[in-house]
Amino acid sequence: MAYVALADRGQILSHPHSFITKYIWSQDHKVIAIQYGITAISVGVVALVLSAMMRLQLGFPDTFSLIAPDEYYQFVTMHGMIMVIYLLTALFLGGFGNYLIPLMIGARDMVFPYLNMLSYWVYLLSVIILMASFFVVGGPTGAGWTLYPPQAILFGTPGAEWGILLMLISLAVFIVAFTMGGLNYVTTVLQARTRGMTLMRMPLSVWGIFTATVLGLLAFPALLVSAIMMTLDRLLGTSFFMPAIVSMGEQTNYGGGSPVLFQHLFWFFGHPEVYIVALPAFGIVSDLLSTHARKNIFGYRMMVWAIILIGGLSFIVWAHHMYVSGMNPYFGFFFATTTLIIAVPTAIKVYNWVLTLWRGNIHLRVPMLFAIGFIFTFVHGGLTGIFLGNVVVDLPLSDTYFVVAHFHMVMGVSPILVVFGAIYHWYPKITGRMFNETMGKFHFWLTFLGTYSIYLPMHYLGFLGVPRRYYAYEGIEFIPESALQLNSGITIAALFVAVVQILFFVNMIWSLFYGKKAEGNPWGATTLEWQTPQTPPIHGNWGDELPEVHRWAYDYSVPGEAIDFIPQNVPANDNPEAHRT
Amino acid sequence: MLVAVVFVLLVVGSIVFHFLSPWWFTPLASNWGTIDDTIIITFWVTGAVFVAVNLFMAYAVWRYRNHKSSEPAHYEPENKKLEIWLTALTAIGVAAMLAPGLYVWNDFVHVPEDAWEFEAVGEQWRWSFRLPGKDNKLGTSDASLVSETNHFGVNPNDPAGRDDLLVFSNIVHLPVDQPVKILLRSKDVLHDFAVAQFRVKMDLVPGLVSYLWLTPTVTGSYEILCEELCGLAHFTMRGRVVVDDQSDFDTWQDNQITFADSQLIGEGNPMVGQALYAVCSTCHGQAGEGNVQLNAPRLSGQQSWYIRRQLGNFKNGIRGIHKDDEYGKQMAPMAAILADETAIRNVTAYIDTLQLSETAQTIHGDAERGQNLYSTCGTCHGTRGQGNYATNSPRLNGQDDWYLKRQLNNFKRGIRGVHPDDLFGPQMASMSRMLRKEADINDVIAYINTLENEAPADQLAIATTEGNH
Repeated sequence: MAYVALADRGQILSHPHSFITKYIWSQDHKVIAIQYGITAISVGVVALVLSAMMRLQLGFPDTFSLIAPDEYYQFVTMHGMIMVIYLLTALFLGGFGNYLIPLMIGARDMVFPYLNMLSYWVYLLSVIILMASFFVVGGPTGAGWTLYPPQAILFGTPGAEWGILLMLISLAVFIVAFTMGGLNYVTTVLQARTRGMTLMRMPLSVWGIFTATVLGLLAFPALLVSAIMMTLDRLLGTSFFMPAIVSMGEQTNYGGGSPVLFQHLFWFFGHPEVYIVALPAFGIVSDLLSTHARKNIFGYRMMVWAIILIGGLSFIVWAHHMYVSGMNPYFGFFFATTTLIIAVPTAIKVYNWVLTLWRGNIHLRVPMLFAIGFIFTFVHGGLTGIFLGNVVVDLPLSDTYFVVAHFHMVMGVSPILVVFGAIYHWYPKITGRMFNETMGKFHFWLTFLGTYSIYLPMHYLGFLGVPRRYYAYEGIEFIPESALQLNSGITIAALFVAVVQILFFVNMIWSLFYGKKAEGNPWGATTLEWQTPQTPPIHGNWGDELPEVHRWAYDYSVPGEAIDFIPQNVPANDNPEAHRT
Repeated sequence: MLVAVVFVLLVVGSIVFHFLSPWWFTPLASNWGTIDDTIIITFWVTGAVFVAVNLFMAYAVWRYRNHKSSEPAHYEPENKKLEIWLTALTAIGVAAMLAPGLYVWNDFVHVPEDAWEFEAVGEQWRWSFRLPGKDNKLGTSDASLVSETNHFGVNPNDPAGRDDLLVFSNIVHLPVDQPVKILLRSKDVLHDFAVAQFRVKMDLVPGLVSYLWLTPTVTGSYEILCEELCGLAHFTMRGRVVVDDQSDFDTWQDNQITFADSQLIGEGNPMVGQALYAVCSTCHGQAGEGNVQLNAPRLSGQQSWYIRRQLGNFKNGIRGIHKDDEYGKQMAPMAAILADETAIRNVTAYIDTLQLSETAQTIHGDAERGQNLYSTCGTCHGTRGQGNYATNSPRLNGQDDWYLKRQLNNFKRGIRGVHPDDLFGPQMASMSRMLRKEADINDVIAYINTLENEAPADQLAIATTEGNH
């Protein structure tokens, strides 16, 4: 029982005394989580503004002087990379992972608090390097977030001078930061759980974040090596990814490399990356649904195994991003099969969420609205994924707006709804204040309906064959005027959704000062983070003694009990109805 | 309550949108109806799941929402039987989509024996094509052989390549009902050959030859779009497939030049050209210095491939025919005086000997702002405006600024670059629209006026050392 020994080592924490060590160079996982969260959301706002600029060009071409083709492609690239890596990955793992893991498993902190602090500062460095590319000669790279060579490092692509280098360096630095954090999360989950917290008693949030971190530790190295190799191709003239080519009429000195090799490496990282974002969302949403429906999550063990199975399968589906890449077409049989198999455990998760609602006692509070909204958009985005995963159906749809609509629905809207739901859910614990319920509900409805009206019609542009990553569409005969008008409509919806987010920020900041004081466990939740002696929890989380766990995380509405939830640290009684774990 | 109602409305609304949407697949023009069938099957299966899950959820949220007389939630950690049933049903649904998908993919992977092979070549940012010629066999090719005179990089020592037909246009013709295997080759970066009406697409990858196959089934003209991001002008990389009946196709094919013949075209004789230039000189000046009063632009210093192409365009009714192209219409009959391709080459060869002289600056703008805008232009025209035959972009530095402005306006207003046989004009027309206001045009020209007369050099090196922002 190694974990018990580690969990009890309260004395290793060095309690901070000054403002700087408490809030800036802090080793407290909760402070680091908030630092991660604020940085990630700030950089996400930059990416949101970039997407608004792109939408302005697409919806109203010939109107805005500030968006030339080079800027358009730079915005596309930076928007994608920021959202996927620097916002979603950092927020789910660095933010929620940091906050929730020690509290939910009953630990005083991460097992390596100093490394944890370092992880944040290195992450911040990677963000600064990335943002610096807006100010260098030639601007940031416009190679698309996939950074495919040869074009990413050749003249003819915006930012081929410095932008691409800063992007690659920033990614490498990010991966260093992630690895420091990731090793910490995995070790903490495996080694620092409190007494009684067996793996199969962990809340699904922890399972999702834990599995996603393992995926990240295995997947990011592929991106790291490809970033290093491309940097060498660009700076030293090696040819890892560069065959003999003629660039703009000039013979180059490259030869013998393979652009497809880069794509394999990129997507060997890139596909698990989808689940690095999705699995924490799956876990968190399970806990939100269960808590606010006052009902145990349906099929807990199945949910855990589905997370693990999805995580494992995510490493053998990568080439479904490459059906039309010119790789050997026989690969299509294998990758289409594995890809559609992954639909089965994913579908099970959806069924179990819906069955958790069935015969529940559903409180439609703000976090719950976001959780239910997530199910709707995720079902939509998951089903359109089956189109693209089925190799032959991908032929007409690949590289069209169907792809854009699909991945925004499944990887943009859905996880972001969970992020919002989670922030509202844990806001009382993090800040000790309640948020404004009405403003939160408005935020949900406008965001949910707004995003659906962006992305549902967008799929139909894809059916028509409208290609993605086009600066302008004039003169293409098969694209009728009505499709361009639809684009204007989508732009208006997108701008609307962007502006609506002000509600969120106002609510968060206003409530911080004027919100009602929160009780320790306002939702009546069972998991340990709601059982801390103080709210917000102080450094070290628990009082003199660590909580001891006696039951699984989902004892809601147990028959024969007076209240409709039993926290995990309440000793077992002899209620014959209770679930034994 | 509200949640349940909204979910039901969203489900119904999505279905209504689906059936009323005017945005749907283009009419099929190839043998790949089976792909459409697979999509329809996928639609039915996924549509059923979408409706069932969301309506069930809406019902559950409505039925079990918390209210005054709510019962406590049901306590049911697991239900093995139900979970197994759901898993099995899902597996069947997945198999029902995957099986036809793989079956059709098998067809795509296996090219019919009688497929006719030809090559589509992509580069930043144009299409061109190579047909196998009489021996029905494409000669070998290599990127290292590509030059201004060997556009396709065909191996001159390979006998199979000598009769290859070269299509420099971005328009290719195909015979209807004949299976074709399209070999895809890129000279520089990734591209993607996509024709919406054919349904199939595939990337072009430098360093290897990829392929796709199809049988065109409906005669007509279809657009080729590049659908893999290939740099700044990606969205202007367009071409066209014309599906003909056999005899029209044969006629078209007979008009294409063989590789061997393309190597025999001479450079043109400046001595002969000098006599022909006498007519030109009345407007364009003895030294090709141009004349603003006569609206004749400077010719000296301009690249000869560009002057050749424009003379051909004027002569063949591609340029100078728009009713608002006042001065182009004056040039068209003059170009018609040149009897043939040889005459054009000769006169161009003479113009090539004329020395570039100082240009007067007539347009003023904010050159610093123009420099920023020019970063887009410089990608094709060169960071110093030196022009580049490979991107079909003429020289800009040292040119008359009043002429640049007029042509930018012509492109922007749809006066130039709209003729279907104008191969590269439409790209410029598309690009010119990034200059939204007259001030933008003046600024960018003011910057071009500051560019020195420089010889072409390695583009990336220039950009890196000096910057273009």
